Amino acid sequence: MCDQTFLVNVFGSCDKCFKQRALRPVFKKSQQLSYCSPCAEIMATDGLHENETLASLKSEAESLKGKLEEERAKLHDVELHQVAERVEALGQFVMKTRRTLKGHGNKVLCMDWCKDKRRIVSSSQDGKVIVWDSFTTNKEHAVTMPCTWVMACAYAPSGCAIACGGLDNKCSVYPLTFDKNENMAAKKKSVAMHTNYLSACSFTNSDMQILTASGDGTCALWDVESGQLLQSFHGHGADVLCLDLAPSETGNTFVSGGCDKKAMVWDMRSGQCVQAFETHESDINSVRYYPSGDAFASGSDDATCRLYDLRADREVAIYSKESIIFGASSVDFSLSGRLLFAGYNDYTINVWDVLKGSRVSILFGHENRVSTLRVSPDGTAFCSGSWDHTLRAQPQALLLEVALPGLEPSDRPGPSAPVNLRGRARTTCKTTCSGIKMGPVSQKLPKPAFQSTLFK
Amino acid sequence: MAQGSGDQRTVGIADPEESSPNMIVYRKIEDIITKMQDDKTGGVPIRTVKSFLSKIPSVVTGTDIVQWLMKNLSIEDPVEAIHLGSLVAAQGYVFPISDHVLTMKDDGTFYRFQAPYFWPSNCWEPENTDYAIYLCKRTMQNKARLELADYEAENLARLQRAFARKWEFIFMQAEAQVKIDRKKDKTERKILDSQERAFWDVHRPVPGCVNTTEMDIRKCRRLKNPQKVKKSVYGVTEESQSQSPVHVPSQPIRKTTKEDIRKQITFLNAQIDRHRLKMSKVAESKEPSQHRVKRWGFSFDEILKDQVGRDQFLRFLESEFSSENLRFWLAVQDLKEQPLQDVAKRVEEIWQEFLAPGAPSAINLDSHSYEITSQNVKDGGRYTFEDAQEHIYKLMKSDSYARFLRSNAYQDLLLARKKKVSKVVELP
Repeated sequence: MCDQTFLVNVFGSCDKCFKQRALRPVFKKSQQLSYCSPCAEIMATDGLHENETLASLKSEAESLKGKLEEERAKLHDVELHQVAERVEALGQFVMKTRRTLKGHGNKVLCMDWCKDKRRIVSSSQDGKVIVWDSFTTNKEHAVTMPCTWVMACAYAPSGCAIACGGLDNKCSVYPLTFDKNENMAAKKKSVAMHTNYLSACSFTNSDMQILTASGDGTCALWDVESGQLLQSFHGHGADVLCLDLAPSETGNTFVSGGCDKKAMVWDMRSGQCVQAFETHESDINSVRYYPSGDAFASGSDDATCRLYDLRADREVAIYSKESIIFGASSVDFSLSGRLLFAGYNDYTINVWDVLKGSRVSILFGHENRVSTLRVSPDGTAFCSGSWDHTLRAQPQALLLEVALPGLEPSDRPGPSAPVNLRGRARTTCKTTCSGIKMGPVSQKLPKPAFQSTLFK
Repeated sequence: MAQGSGDQRTVGIADPEESSPNMIVYRKIEDIITKMQDDKTGGVPIRTVKSFLSKIPSVVTGTDIVQWLMKNLSIEDPVEAIHLGSLVAAQGYVFPISDHVLTMKDDGTFYRFQAPYFWPSNCWEPENTDYAIYLCKRTMQNKARLELADYEAENLARLQRAFARKWEFIFMQAEAQVKIDRKKDKTERKILDSQERAFWDVHRPVPGCVNTTEMDIRKCRRLKNPQKVKKSVYGVTEESQSQSPVHVPSQPIRKTTKEDIRKQITFLNAQIDRHRLKMSKVAESKEPSQHRVKRWGFSFDEILKDQVGRDQFLRFLESEFSSENLRFWLAVQDLKEQPLQDVAKRVEEIWQEFLAPGAPSAINLDSHSYEITSQNVKDGGRYTFEDAQEHIYKLMKSDSYARFLRSNAYQDLLLARKKKVSKVVELP
């Protein structure tokens, strides 16, 4: 495994028009030339390529893919789980549902945490977007979207706005206001416009820009204030289902996964795809960066989750089991990155040991597909949204389960004794409607000290 | 029911919706189910069970299924196996013979396998007319066990209101079905009836049960013909087939153009180049730079600090059959970094390897150091071999190191880089 090299922008005279421009490598009948961008575009529709049929181009692409895999394999010296053998095994730990958030009238499709580690926004098939306080389970805001199937929602970093969208092909931003007299819907700002459903959205580091992914196969970066398209990302051959921004402060890349089984890493400034990975056997439903930003995980309909390392430029781990046959709908890492939480269409959540590749735990509790799963910003809890209905008079209420795994990396690893996280009070109440079941989780995980060496 | 013992209807082998994500799961479940029913390779025991006055044909107990799942899918926890069994049942591949609720229990409850005709992978989306025919048919069969459940009676009433005009037609269809059924063999009928009921339990589930036929709308688009006229379970064709209530507007699926593939080719070539660049860099790094090699000559410490230098030195010593000194020195360095619990063990190992009488890699120590060291070994601390190590260090420095610097191996390394550089310079 070695360092990553980036493509360098070479300036020089274009081999075709001879103007001084930023050059791109271009291949004409396996001869490498340097063209400037406009000439490269023109070349694509050049007469020279008329005799190349779609089939021959496809077979060329396939053979190149094979070559790329060969090149990638040359650096492959050891498997991740082999290196991880010298790592301490995780102890058994128990995660229990502490909160159940009920109130949606239909399937919950998406959710996001606020940076204050407390608030959650969730959207559902019935068109409602609700902001909850996860500690008290109170609903703080509710918006009804004009369309059903609100598949994407996101909390702004400042906590002052939410974005959502779905079958309306748009992404709308709602500023959150506590003023009872104000109608939230009135202040709605339509930011993104796609030609097909919106599958995912996320604010960048600020409230001012929003990144969206759509069923039309593209991702796009928008300016919230003006609604202007800043950058668009083309390259997926089918619907893009998910995206995640790189965690670094200067974050300039993001990864997207789509129905073409590809996960692609993009440079936000240039709009170019930097890396692509195509090892899944079916749609990629969810992608999430590893906390260090050097790797990402993906969950797919082929019932596997996979870990891709960006510097090694390859898939480094597959998380699968013979007994798991339903697709993974959403994945997220614990704060340290040692655990991977994955929600599946078989109503369960599997917790994987990222390094060793084994399953640590399986969580039951949902009564229908788990459609969305996010770990809170401080890593003390994760929340999962599902398609489940209940048997109550309240029609088709939905469950958002909040579990609290103890993952404070600042704490020193201790024995398997239950610990009170942040001294939260322990109250248990058996009623389900307004029930507040509070209590910290039973165990903490050791901080993995080896982590930095493994991804060198 | 149109299904005979010979399954005349096609089971959709050449399935156009193969790419649908649901299909992946269905195929996996079908694989499991097929294996489960396979007698020859350790499938579950499917038997006819005697009960009261009659026999129950072709059933298997829940426990058998759960056991089989645990054994064949390497599941350790029975809870997991029960959950998987329940899911397989909920999808409609296995069903309890005496319950509408499709779930799996780890006990003596009897289950039956669903007929391939009714498998969900055939993409059934049965119309309400079919359901009405079915419920009507049930009311005509006056067997106690085929009595309609409450929710079914409600559904029937609702459908009667909805299809008030068509009711005569539906009634006729139901009668025709009953006639066909009566002709069948009793046992076969029992089985088929239960399978038909299980089919409707999947597509018209008991209120409160999960409807497993619901699909993620994002994936619906890929069904190549969402507006196709749906096939009827009972072969009923009507002029006015209603469209699906959830009318997904069929957007043309983007076809990959030549342009797309050319872009892909450009991208792949760029990636391959990047990798080749990486590889050449990696290859270069395997050979130490000239600077580095020169540094080894500055002092003995320098060569010991550098991993590659140590390796070269070790190789040289091995050629001289005097590598035990360096290995001892390295072992003692390593000992200093060991966790406390391992120290005593390592001390013993080092003693045995290098110092004990008759040791395989005996090092040459003067008698004084040897005395001190053997005393220290009794205490077994991590600084047991300090004295010996210092002695060996001085020995290597004065003797082996000097020879190494003069050796061919080192000189070659020094000159090798020079050779390369000069070659490049010579080119015009």
